[in-house]
Amino acid sequence: MAGDSELLGRLRGGDEEAFAELAGRYHASMVDLAAAYVPGRAAAEEAAQGTWLGLLRGLDGFDGQAPLKTWLFRILISRARSARERERGSLPAADPAVGPGRFDCRGGWACPPRPWPGDAGERLRAPGARQLIRAALDELPAGPRRVVLLRDAEGLAGSEVSELLGISEASQRVLLHHGRTRLRRALAAEAERA
Amino acid sequence: MAWPRTGIVCRKAADLVTEYLEDALPPRDRARFEAHLAGCRHCAEYRRQLRITISAVARAGPEELSSAARSELAAVYRRWRSG
Repeated sequence: MAGDSELLGRLRGGDEEAFAELAGRYHASMVDLAAAYVPGRAAAEEAAQGTWLGLLRGLDGFDGQAPLKTWLFRILISRARSARERERGSLPAADPAVGPGRFDCRGGWACPPRPWPGDAGERLRAPGARQLIRAALDELPAGPRRVVLLRDAEGLAGSEVSELLGISEASQRVLLHHGRTRLRRALAAEAERA
Repeated sequence: MAWPRTGIVCRKAADLVTEYLEDALPPRDRARFEAHLAGCRHCAEYRRQLRITISAVARAGPEELSSAARSELAAVYRRWRSG
């Protein structure tokens, strides 16, 4: 498989196939991320398409210092933000999954997590669980969703995520914690199925 | 099941689990967290479930591009070439 920089080189030479290949690599992730900023799939699609156009127009200036994926996400976020909102990294309300109600007055579990069977991980990582996980991601509030998509779905480092989103690493982890704990709860019914 | 002896109760351990998994806890807190989990099966199970959740999300990549999306992107490219 050709690397991004090879594809960029071909793209500079006017190779439309190289563009299609890069788009196949990143477009869907970009639409997902944009959807955590703008209302509706159409607006998210538009933000992602605008980002590609930005790449094409800036091709000669793109220095390859940052990986292409990070660059695309950065432009996308700035487009999606200016399209909609100024509010930054606001923290969601406490997550009931780990809220005070789950613990007794001494701080022990009042309602401990029900154990997941030994094969739960295997089942949740199988292709059949994909729809369930994507639906759970879509249900996350925007703030945690942005962080979970970048950190856990795209595998960026925590420091890269906080830089891209313009929030502190501590806030980034708070949002990540909210997102992951909500996802855990959303997957619990499927995971507990023995 | 609280474990005041280790200095961390379950509620605190549950709060710290992401910082633990992100390797962002200072050494002393990390040691306390691990000491608590060594003696608390509920918190150990909670950490296991979060690890499974994280790995499941990593595997559930976005959809393949639809042919509609592909042709829209091809149109973006051609507009740029001609403009």
